[in-house]
Amino acid sequence: MMMDIKGKVIKYGDSVNTDVIIPSKFLVLIDPKDLAKHAMEGIDPDFSEKVKDRKIIVAGRNFGSGSSREQAPVSLKYAGVQCVLAESFARIFYRNAINIGLPIVECDGISKKVDDGEELEVIPREGLIKNLTKETKLKANPIPDFLLEIMEKGLVEYMKERKVKK
Amino acid sequence: MTEMNIVEKIMARASGKKQVHPGDIIEAKIDKAMMNDITGPLAIEAFREMDGKKVWDKDRAIIVLDHLVPADSAQSANMHKILRDFAVEQDLKYFYDVGRGGVCHQMMMENHAKPGEMIVGADSHTCTYGAVGAFSTGIGSTDIAAVFVTGKLWFKIPKVINIVVKGKLNPPVAPKDLILYTIGQFKADGATYMGVRFAGEVIQNMSVDGRMTLCNMVVEMGAKNGIVEPDDKTAEYLKGRKLVPYEFVKGDADAEYDKTVEYNASKFEPMVACPPSVDNVKPISEIGKVEINQALLGSCTNGRLEDLRIAAGILKGKKVKKSVRALVIPASQDVYQAALREGLLETFVESGVLVCGPNCGPCYGGHLGLLAAGETCVSSTNRNFVGRMGSPKAMVYLASPATVAASAISGRITDPRHLEG
Repeated sequence: MMMDIKGKVIKYGDSVNTDVIIPSKFLVLIDPKDLAKHAMEGIDPDFSEKVKDRKIIVAGRNFGSGSSREQAPVSLKYAGVQCVLAESFARIFYRNAINIGLPIVECDGISKKVDDGEELEVIPREGLIKNLTKETKLKANPIPDFLLEIMEKGLVEYMKERKVKK
Repeated sequence: MTEMNIVEKIMARASGKKQVHPGDIIEAKIDKAMMNDITGPLAIEAFREMDGKKVWDKDRAIIVLDHLVPADSAQSANMHKILRDFAVEQDLKYFYDVGRGGVCHQMMMENHAKPGEMIVGADSHTCTYGAVGAFSTGIGSTDIAAVFVTGKLWFKIPKVINIVVKGKLNPPVAPKDLILYTIGQFKADGATYMGVRFAGEVIQNMSVDGRMTLCNMVVEMGAKNGIVEPDDKTAEYLKGRKLVPYEFVKGDADAEYDKTVEYNASKFEPMVACPPSVDNVKPISEIGKVEINQALLGSCTNGRLEDLRIAAGILKGKKVKKSVRALVIPASQDVYQAALREGLLETFVESGVLVCGPNCGPCYGGHLGLLAAGETCVSSTNRNFVGRMGSPKAMVYLASPATVAASAISGRITDPRHLEG
C-alpha cells in the first residue's frame, strides 16, 4: 500500500521541462543516487538544500514537458521528493513518474491555493489533498485504479505480478 | 458504428476492437519498438528487473545509437556497450551502431515505419512517423522495457485536433515555418495528451520529408502523436525506401475531431522560435537584429536531404561569416552519402561549414558544438530551453534550414528572402 505522503512544499511555476529537471550533461550517470545530486539543477541551484526538509513539489501547468528522459522523475525520487502536484503534466513525464513509483497528482488550481513552505498531506487513492497549514482541502483529478496500482508498486513489480498470475 | 478518425482506426486495430472512443483505455499490440543510447541503458536494467529473458520479437525490437555518437567519454562508451551487448545477447536484427545508422527517428523512417502501424520509441520525438500514416509516440525507459518483454502497452485513446492548411507554402517558407507557427498558436501545452492530424492542400503537396518535420514537433505543444493520412506521396516514399508490403489505414470521411482549425499558408513568412521556449514564436520580421555565434543544420527535425539541398543552395559560392561557426549534421548515413554524391557536402566545406557525421549533435546538449555563456545559435533543431545546448546563459533560436543558412552568411538571423549579395 501507498505510504502516507506528508510534507512541506517547494513551489515552481509553469512548464518546468525535463531539460532543467536533469540537464543533458548528467544523462551519462547511471546510478540514481548520482542523478539525484543534480535534480532541478537547471532551474533551482538551491534545490538540494530545500529538499532536505521539503519533500513535496507543487507546480503550475505542463510540468515535465520536453524530453522523454526517465532520469527526470528518477532524479526527483532519489533526491527524496515524495510527490509532485501540478495543474497539469506533460504526457511522457506523467507515465514515467507513475512507472517508477513517484506519486504524481493533477489538481486544478493547486498553484494558486498552495504557497511555498506550507505543509500538505496527499492521499492519491482518495483523490484528496489536505493543506495542513491553511486547514483546507483540495480535490485531485481522478486517477484510474490500474494506474494507482502501478504508481504504488512501480511498473516493474506490477509486470512481475501479472506474469505470475498468467 | 460511429465513424472513426485515423488515430482511432489504428488504435482500434492494434487492440483488436471494432470501435474505440476518446478516453477509452486499451492494450495495444506494438508493431515496432525503439530505444536509443540515452534511454536504453535504464530500459535494459528495467527489462532485467522484470525478469525479461527474451525480447518479444527480435525483428521488431530496435536499438539505435545516436545521442552520444561516436562515444565522447568513457561513460557514454559504457552506455553503448550495455546496448551492444544486449543486442548480441538477444540476437536483435536491427542494432544501429556507430557509422551504420544515424538519428533514431531517421532510422525508423528510412527502414521500419509503415502506414497503420503502432510504433513506440523511448524518445519524445518518436511522434515523427505519423508522416507515413503510422501512430507513433514517445515513452520512457520503463515503458519501453515492458514493451520489449510483452510487445504490448496501454494507451488512452486521445482526442484529435484536425489542422487544415490551405493555400501554398511559398519557398523558402518551409514546413518548419508552418509547424513553428502552429506551436506558437497552440502554445507548449495546447495539445497535451491529444493527437494532431494535418490535412489540406499544403499537406497534400508536401513531401514526406516535410511531413516528418511537422509530425516531429507536435510534442512541443504537448501532443501524443502527429499524423498525415497516407496518399500517393506516401506510396512513392515507401516504394523508394523498399518499405513493402504495406497497407493504408485512413480515417472515415465523416470522422469527428475535438476541433478543426484552418490556416492559410500563402501569406506566411519565415518563423523563429525565440528563447527560452519553443512556443515563443515570432515572424522573422519582428525579431529585430540578432547576432549569432553558431548556425546549426541537422537533427531529426531538419537533417534530411531536402533540408541539406536548401541550405547548400543558399551557401553555394558564399562564405560563412567569420564570426560564425556553422555545423551541418546529416540525419543518417544514407542522407550523408546522398549529399556527398550530389556535391552538397563539398559546397558546405567550401563555404567554411564543419560537416559532422550523422548523430544528434549538440541539439540536446550532449556534445559536438555546445555554446558558451552569452553565445547565440540559430538552429534547425527542435528545442531552445534554458541550457539545452550548453551554457544556461546561451540562447537558441529555432528556424528553418533556409533561415539557418542565410544567417550563417550574414552573421545575424536573416530572412532567407532578403539575403543580400
